[in-house]
Amino acid sequence: MTEASPQDFKSNAARALADAKLQRALINVKRGFIVKRATAKAKLPEFGQLRDEARAIKDNTLAHLDLYLEAYERKVVESGGKVHFAPTAADAREIVLRLCQDAGARLVTKGKSMVSEEIGLNAHLEAAGIEVAETDLGEHIIQIRGEAPSHIIAPVIHLNKEDIAEDFVRTHRGLAPERPLGTVPDLVAEARAVLREKFIAADVGITGANLLIAETGSSVIVTNEGNGDLTATLPEVHIVVASIEKIVPTLEDACTVLRLLARSGTGQEITTYTTFATGPARAGDPDGPRAYHVVLLDNGRSEMLGGDFRAMLRCIRCGACLNHCPVYGTIGGHAYGSLYPGPMGAVLTPALYGIEQARDLPNASSFCGRCEEVCPMAIPLPSLMRKWRERDFELGDPPLIQRLVLRLWAFTAKRPRLYRALGGALAPLLASLAGDRGQLSALPFGRDWTRTRDLPAPQGKTFHTLYQRQKRSGES
Amino acid sequence: MSATDQIRTAVLSRIRGALGVTGREPARKAVVEIRLAYHPRGTIPARARGNQKGLIDLMTAVLNSQGAEVSRAGTAADAVRVIAEDLSAHGLPSALRMGGDPLLAALPWDGAPALQRRIGRAEPMDRAALSRAIVAAAETGTLFLVSGADNPTTLAFLPEAHFILVDARDIVGSYEDAFDRLRALYGEGKLPRTVNLISGPSRTADIEQTIVAGAHGPKRLHVVILG
Repeated sequence: MTEASPQDFKSNAARALADAKLQRALINVKRGFIVKRATAKAKLPEFGQLRDEARAIKDNTLAHLDLYLEAYERKVVESGGKVHFAPTAADAREIVLRLCQDAGARLVTKGKSMVSEEIGLNAHLEAAGIEVAETDLGEHIIQIRGEAPSHIIAPVIHLNKEDIAEDFVRTHRGLAPERPLGTVPDLVAEARAVLREKFIAADVGITGANLLIAETGSSVIVTNEGNGDLTATLPEVHIVVASIEKIVPTLEDACTVLRLLARSGTGQEITTYTTFATGPARAGDPDGPRAYHVVLLDNGRSEMLGGDFRAMLRCIRCGACLNHCPVYGTIGGHAYGSLYPGPMGAVLTPALYGIEQARDLPNASSFCGRCEEVCPMAIPLPSLMRKWRERDFELGDPPLIQRLVLRLWAFTAKRPRLYRALGGALAPLLASLAGDRGQLSALPFGRDWTRTRDLPAPQGKTFHTLYQRQKRSGES
Repeated sequence: MSATDQIRTAVLSRIRGALGVTGREPARKAVVEIRLAYHPRGTIPARARGNQKGLIDLMTAVLNSQGAEVSRAGTAADAVRVIAEDLSAHGLPSALRMGGDPLLAALPWDGAPALQRRIGRAEPMDRAALSRAIVAAAETGTLFLVSGADNPTTLAFLPEAHFILVDARDIVGSYEDAFDRLRALYGEGKLPRTVNLISGPSRTADIEQTIVAGAHGPKRLHVVILG
């Protein structure tokens, strides 16, 4: 796995901007997801109403999370499954490893799961000598490249088909090196054949969950490929790894959320497969696993529940905020150095790992507000990012220059006469420095900022002056 | 108390601490119990309300747009013919894997004497399978398949061609209508091991957002509406 850290955000972002191949690949985000979502939303007039309802469902669930978790657990046990609580990522991966070892597993297949990435599951199982095969096409490509996903629902959005063809030639052994891999269908067909063998040989299947349903004790996965279903059906043991906020109370609540999930993410009305799994195979079932386990991960969520960031726990991981974020669209997911990129990642990453580990992420936003606008759970992402900025500042660690500038600004802003006098003097000065172009391409102490942008110069008069003048002319 | 129980209690206490509750408040318990017992419906999209003909038309249109083929079989004999013809048109062997579903077993299979039927779960070599959808929600062309000996789950994912037969009378409007059917069959708060909601053939758009059918599951889905 490539070691990336949110602390390297600035240098990562600079590299991403200069990466021509990445920039070519990122066009697909804008071309695909944004249009598809808008079309799907327009075809469902009730979208706004459903969004309000889904938000209320999640808020109600979070306010009663302890009780819904207990109800959910009772139903899982009733249907023959088992629930394992995991306070931390380390606990969760250890529980999964033990379950795999108890099953004598040598090969594990996996459906796409962000929580399994969060807990570092693959490396942990592999270190214990268990082979792990990611079966989602995107995740398979990520795995053979030794990378992290760059998008929560489209893991290889940063790659072009030529990159992937090279990876297949390098890693899919025993196939003719000159075989045709020039088209996307060629690549899909090869992955299908390679992974088919894994599905059939696997001892344990691990999936995530998009939802957990308290009413029935079911875990729900939404997929298009069918890999999650082969993973959950063919091996003897099915393990679900999910975080505690995935609970919804009832099947009806699940329906409301499902109407928003695919439309917001891929722009489909529904994904090809939406699967409800409840316990292990029943007596007389000719297929399905004989054991069903759910590993419920906390890893910082309970802390978020009690603080300013509870609303973030409404997130259903649709990816709409990534798709519509101008920053994500410009630098891609890897630059964030966090498993969760984009606006949702800028809020979630500091909550999971501490703001001191990720202070650039809440700052990587122009606060344009599109993320909140498209969020199907109406999470106020910009205000949550602003809260992290405040926290970071309160910690007192920002660079000296930043603190001095802000103090100076606060000092003058609190003294209106001084503020107006300075503004009145600065505006024409900057305007004259900018010349005819009206743009400043260099600033003292601001070279880093102006290296990639120009500052529009003031047009002459300050806002205060203009406002006063207009008021006077309005009165007369 | 075992170590596992202690961890469970610790997680729940942390949640209760964050919420500022004990977990014993009668009012909170009542909120949860009532919601689980009455499972109220949210907004049902207007498109899911319609007469039977409207729902069948919607079902057909949405499935087509999601890459599935749809045939309307007026009679059981038509259904058998549609399936047999599809296999030969696509150069597949005249063989079909299926479960023991009574509706499927009762189809007039002697209308396709060459068609070989194998009963049981799908095996890796099977190329085509037939399942029955117990109910379908027209709002997004979604077929509901339930696991068990009648319709083993593997039928829907291992073979490259999948037929799903649905009785026209089992086409309802919304997901909620469909789940109410399942509640009537399996009881309140109970579901079979697997409920598959299927709305098209297997597909992926992972590479450059290019949609390709047949990622891991069936490359083709052919839905036969009977009646």
